[in-house]
Amino acid sequence: MPSFVIAEKCDGCKGRDKTACQYICPNDLMVLNKDMMKAYNQEPDQCWECYNCVKICPQSAVEIRAYQDFAPMGASVIPMRGSDSIMWTIKYRNGKIKRFKFPIRTTPEGGIDPYQGIPEVINEDLKSEILCDEIGQTLIVPKK
Amino acid sequence: MAELKGSMTSAEVLNNYTIEEIDTDVLIVGGGMVGCGAAFEIKKWAPKDMKITMVEKAAIDRSGAVAMGLSAINTYLGDNTPEDYVKHVANDLMGIVREDLIYDVGRHVDASVKLFEKLGLPIFKEEENGKSIEEGGKPLRAGRWQIMIHGESYKVLVAEAARKAIGNENIYERIFITELLMDEKHENRVAGAIGFSLREAKIYIFKAKSVIMACGGAVNVFRPRSQAEGMGRTWYAIWNAGSTYAMGYEAGAEMTTMENRFVPNRFKDGYGPVGAWFTLFKARVLNAHGEDYMQKWGDMLKDFPPYGLAKVPATCLWNHVMLKDWMEGNGPFYMNTSGAMKALFETLPEKRKKSLEADAWEDFLDMTVSQAGIWAANDIDPAETNSEVMPTEPYFLGSHSGACGMWVSGPADLSPKEYQWGYNRMTTVNGLFTGGDGVGASGHKFSSGSYAEGRIAAKSAVRFVLDDSGFTPTVHTDIKVIAEKIYGPMITYEKFKGYSTEPNINPNYIRPRLYLFRLNKLMDEYVAGTSTFYRTSEANLLKGLELLNKLKEDSSKLAASNLHELMRAWENYHRSVVGELHLRHVLFREETRYPGFYYRTDRPKLDEKNWKLFVNSKLNKTTGQPELFKKPYIELVPKD
Repeated sequence: MPSFVIAEKCDGCKGRDKTACQYICPNDLMVLNKDMMKAYNQEPDQCWECYNCVKICPQSAVEIRAYQDFAPMGASVIPMRGSDSIMWTIKYRNGKIKRFKFPIRTTPEGGIDPYQGIPEVINEDLKSEILCDEIGQTLIVPKK
Repeated sequence: MAELKGSMTSAEVLNNYTIEEIDTDVLIVGGGMVGCGAAFEIKKWAPKDMKITMVEKAAIDRSGAVAMGLSAINTYLGDNTPEDYVKHVANDLMGIVREDLIYDVGRHVDASVKLFEKLGLPIFKEEENGKSIEEGGKPLRAGRWQIMIHGESYKVLVAEAARKAIGNENIYERIFITELLMDEKHENRVAGAIGFSLREAKIYIFKAKSVIMACGGAVNVFRPRSQAEGMGRTWYAIWNAGSTYAMGYEAGAEMTTMENRFVPNRFKDGYGPVGAWFTLFKARVLNAHGEDYMQKWGDMLKDFPPYGLAKVPATCLWNHVMLKDWMEGNGPFYMNTSGAMKALFETLPEKRKKSLEADAWEDFLDMTVSQAGIWAANDIDPAETNSEVMPTEPYFLGSHSGACGMWVSGPADLSPKEYQWGYNRMTTVNGLFTGGDGVGASGHKFSSGSYAEGRIAAKSAVRFVLDDSGFTPTVHTDIKVIAEKIYGPMITYEKFKGYSTEPNINPNYIRPRLYLFRLNKLMDEYVAGTSTFYRTSEANLLKGLELLNKLKEDSSKLAASNLHELMRAWENYHRSVVGELHLRHVLFREETRYPGFYYRTDRPKLDEKNWKLFVNSKLNKTTGQPELFKKPYIELVPKD
């Protein structure tokens, strides 16, 4: 299901330091057409449909249209990703709607302290196989 | 296919490019689960003045195989022992695995899962009492090894920790690494890597004392089942281009088990996960007549002792039995979602019943949104209508039910001497470390084990650098030579593009897209792809090799009109290197070790007597050809 950009909604992220979908696409597909100041998917048959461009777009201008070589037309799956949860709206081809909401993280965005609660390591342990949050433990080895 | 217009054009790049040289102590190539695990661990052990640099072709928040998210962590030992884990993995991969490496992941992995929860990953619990795993909370098991997570932001969380650990200023994103650099003064020693920016006209030369390379597995080496837009819907992350294997091999690292491949049996076309349906929802796959093929043809498993006789037979053997039923005319096959949900409704406590539907959908929405879209497009309610499953095209990886990768040193405290050369997870190239899909013969690490392995490699890399503190990398930095190689496809394009009126049709060059299709076709037809139902033979392989050699010769004529297409040129070249390694390994191993994943029809049996050993390979830098040889399998954990 390649991503597509709704022309009317996309503003090319012109008020921002970078084009959000272009920044995030793991496969380098989303690009900004600088003449039109609108983004587009430059290689739709390499789109994994990871939805990262859809989730990040500040204008909700990016959606996914089903892969037409096997999916019947008319359905849609649309996320609204917040800071701690994501809401999905699934519209069936026959018009039925389903909605789901799931948590995505329990810490505030940008609030991670990776080494919280992990003591300083001891230099002698560098030679051992112990990892930084296992200090003081004895590593097990296979029983003979 | 329209011209790619988005990125900086070849002409713009070739007229304006600059070169940036970066000196670092440790270079992490790839910011996926391994890279982020390495970044986390390394700062705790590295002296303050040791420079750590990460380079990634995308943005690390959403890069690698976990970019979309995950609905489960598939390796959490809990009450199981590392011995149990070794037995499980060894059986699933038909006996030939590095038990030392698997044991090592097994004893470290749970600490990383606890770390993920601290970073903010919501983990399903048996009881909702607010207790973390660390505090004694019991994670909800989806199976013996799996736990369920709300994992939409799994990668976002580990990336945030990696950024905080090594500092944003040391992370270089949107740079594609094309090859590793070897030291000019020290034999067999890595000294850095080179690549190009996808956003600017700029070449990067990273000089490093040690490199941790982890760029995932290889997708789209074989022709995919889908042919147009649906080609994007690969099972494993489409951006995994085999760069780990190709760059490691070209640097001289010994490769192992490259004959292995993974052919996942998944929901058809969307490739949504089936694991939770099997283990959590207790669903079975039935044939078109409602029969359970495993019951019907279960005796076939006896042909592959001991791997077929285990309580849970090896993954390839499930495929093997299903393919037999298909050949007998009993396809298509369906996951009995409706039957499973009805049965669960009768047995589950009221509260879990309510969340059952949401759990089933979240399984897709967290990690394969397309499959939810396919249900919606086909008006499928899983409680009422069953969904088709089918084995996919082959994939190369070392972290799932697969075992491709590099041959690495195991840990000093438990590995046999044949598998140990001083630094845990170092390849046979001095200073070159890897993890996850990069480490061969030790599958079933999944996301958590790959992260743990990145951490192991990082600690080793610090020790390696400190032990050889007098070393300074010496690399060839003739700018003209480097630029002509990296930008070669752009130079070719600019030189010849005016020759024809349609730049896609030009006898002087081959565009990356067609190079890929040519690789896909020959791998499919001669090297046991889907069109032959995973069957090949020595004669087919030799014919395939002839075609593949010509393809690789033509790689010097790849042409790229812009930076995006230049990345595709390099990625697809890497894919062709992986294709050759796979082909040669399949040719060398004269048996059928992984029935259901591939068949040597001229050697249709499992041959435990002669082939219970590793097939390894290494580039002969004089001839430019791979050399293949055997390495012994050494049992560490006795099997039941």
